Amino acid sequence: MSIAPSIRMKIMTETGATTAAPVGVSVRSLNFFYGPNQALRNVSVDFRAKEATALIGPSGCGKSTLLRVLNRMYDLYPGQRAEGQVWIDGRDILAAGVDATGLRRHVGMVFQKPTPFPKSIYENVAFGIRLHEKLPRATLDERVQWALTRAALWDEVKDRLSASALGLSGGQQQRLCIARSIAVRPEVILLDEPTSALDPISTLKIEELIDELKEDFTIVIVTHNMQQAARCADRVAFFYLGELVEFATAEDLFTRPREKRTQEYVTGRFS
Amino acid sequence: MSESAGQHLVKSYEQQLSRLHDKVVEMGGAVENQLVEAAAAVLEKDSEAAMRAVEADPGVDAIEREIEQMVIRLIALRQPLAVDLRQIVGALKISTDLERIGDYAANVAKRSIVLNQYNLPYSLAGLANMLMRVQDNLKLTIDAVGDNDAEKAVEVWRSDEMVDDIYNAIFRELITYMMEDPRNITPCTHLLFIAKNLERIGDHATNIAETLHYAVRGEIILGNRPKGDTSAYAVVRHKDGTTGTDQE
Amino acid sequence: MSGAALSFANRRKFSNYAWVGLSASLSVGIAAILLLIVLYVVISGIGAVNWAFLTQVPHPVGVPGGGVGNGILGSTIIIGIATLFALPVGLLTGIYLTLFAPRPLADVLRFAADVLASVPSIAIGLFAYEVLVAPFHHFSALSASFAFSVLMMPLIIRTTESAIRLVPIDMREAAVALGATELQTLFRCILVAARPGIMTGLILAVARVTGETAPLLFTAFGSQFWVVNPNQPMAELSLQIFTYAISPYKIWHDQAWGGALLLILAVLALSLTARLLFRGKTTASL
Repeated sequence: MSIAPSIRMKIMTETGATTAAPVGVSVRSLNFFYGPNQALRNVSVDFRAKEATALIGPSGCGKSTLLRVLNRMYDLYPGQRAEGQVWIDGRDILAAGVDATGLRRHVGMVFQKPTPFPKSIYENVAFGIRLHEKLPRATLDERVQWALTRAALWDEVKDRLSASALGLSGGQQQRLCIARSIAVRPEVILLDEPTSALDPISTLKIEELIDELKEDFTIVIVTHNMQQAARCADRVAFFYLGELVEFATAEDLFTRPREKRTQEYVTGRFS
Repeated sequence: MSESAGQHLVKSYEQQLSRLHDKVVEMGGAVENQLVEAAAAVLEKDSEAAMRAVEADPGVDAIEREIEQMVIRLIALRQPLAVDLRQIVGALKISTDLERIGDYAANVAKRSIVLNQYNLPYSLAGLANMLMRVQDNLKLTIDAVGDNDAEKAVEVWRSDEMVDDIYNAIFRELITYMMEDPRNITPCTHLLFIAKNLERIGDHATNIAETLHYAVRGEIILGNRPKGDTSAYAVVRHKDGTTGTDQE
Repeated sequence: MSGAALSFANRRKFSNYAWVGLSASLSVGIAAILLLIVLYVVISGIGAVNWAFLTQVPHPVGVPGGGVGNGILGSTIIIGIATLFALPVGLLTGIYLTLFAPRPLADVLRFAADVLASVPSIAIGLFAYEVLVAPFHHFSALSASFAFSVLMMPLIIRTTESAIRLVPIDMREAAVALGATELQTLFRCILVAARPGIMTGLILAVARVTGETAPLLFTAFGSQFWVVNPNQPMAELSLQIFTYAISPYKIWHDQAWGGALLLILAVLALSLTARLLFRGKTTASL
């Protein structure tokens, strides 16, 4: 944790507009296995920096699996393994010797159900920062405010930062989780069906937020909702049975998909 | 990409889409029929056919409004995507073109009633030829819409040039008649408008073909279709050398 | 045909009412018994409870007055030390069992805890006697604490396990996704979220041993004096109640009722605290 200042400098420059890389995350020949079952088959795809890419496809198609490879969440579960390469910031994160804990600080994740910790609003946002950096109180306060502002939650919670996060509404909790993720200043933010437990208005707020966060982060979002993918993603990847079937701009994929399977999926037809 | 995609998981959606398609084809049939009546009115001096063509117009307009309602409802309630979205938006655009075609056909029929009061000293062979071509094109277009056939659409799109050529010829011919005898001016003006209307019908058929192609394939028709109506630049000279029209 | 169906429906309705009625009246019966016991203890004991009763040591037979002050102190010391033993061991075992132990070992540990929980307390007292009393040739509060901690451990282990299992996997993943190590996830997230549940288990374990008497008979043994040295025989409230209750003296019987009242109040207070905490826990896990 004492290496904090140098890392912070690095991230500050990486998220600065001048050094924007065209590709944020580059997946190459990725295969993934749950024990004997293969969940991803030879997937290669580039997620561009400062764009939102949506992963769509029927349940079990591998889209969530791909997301969980990008921050090596699968490490938690014995029996799951990935083959291939995932390049983030010039580094193959699947290579031996890569510290998954260090990686996750650069690749944040927001889950399907809001997962606030049973702590105060402030402590929730400070949680990730405290894991990696020892900041003076004033700096920490600033960072918490910055994250909450960025997550469009500051105005709603600024007067009750010490209240329990569990008292927030579902939509607010999810924005709190986004604030918590961006508080550690990652480069990539992964969202796993972030609005599937929210009402339509909260959903729109999150989508608006995603649109704003694109300015600074590479965003990959898994969604079952095709309208949502159409609304907030620049590019869309359609997965079917563990394969990447089609990867195109949202406009092309939803108005004139090239692949028959994509067409059938987005229009809701039998194959 | 297959042009005959599978069935929707939601049956009622499938039914609404096919009802919309049927409506567009029905409207196409009505408009095609209007043009047939208008042609009979012009070529056979059949004033009753002319009346039928004119009276058909409100019906055609009603179908257009119906299609518009169906399209709005489908977009609002189904949030269509991909081929469905293209087909639904296509139906809306096609119905607008068809409505215009209906208007032109009715206008042709109305003018024929006026024309019937005149004894025309010259042949209407050019106009008859044009009417036949335009009718063929329209029929082909409606068939293409009915079958969702992008190939046929390209065919229509290409053959419209010939209609434009005939129109240019008729234009020159009629101006010549008017210059020869001022008494020809009234009937020839009506004939000119009839020809112009037919040319417009051809253009709208072409639009429909383009819309259909995009709806089916997701691509616009490649290549530039030469605009064949050159009457805007036509000059017919008097025998004494002065210009008869000032369209320079 | 429809008449038959109707009567069938009526029969179903009737048997439904009958069962609901039966279980309702039984529930009321149980509650009534509990209420009767509490009422009886209150009526019999309230007269004995006063300031002297709470603060004085027992008087010899025949001398009026006296109290159970040393017993209350003894209970506090014995249970306090037992908690100091049982909590870390039980907590760590519970954590290991839930999060780290390989499957077969976890099953064995869980089974062992369940068996331990069902061993009669007198047997555990006997065990403590063999290990900590007999070799040293004197009774001691420590041996009682040991016996109590053995009684408490399985409860703490199992409640810790279920409290940790109640923490949603999503929350654990959320901590990991922020870059927390295994240890950071455990201490800053899982245990924080499981704390109300673990506290509830601890309090229930304390309440459980507060009412125990049997293991004390040959460990703490009891005392007539103020004793604070845990290496000495020590007075304990429930033990004192037992001694008074089997004595032939009316005055001691009254004091036994007073002690019983104190004990019931203590256990009731602990249970209520546990309930309140657990209510906090269930809203936290939502």
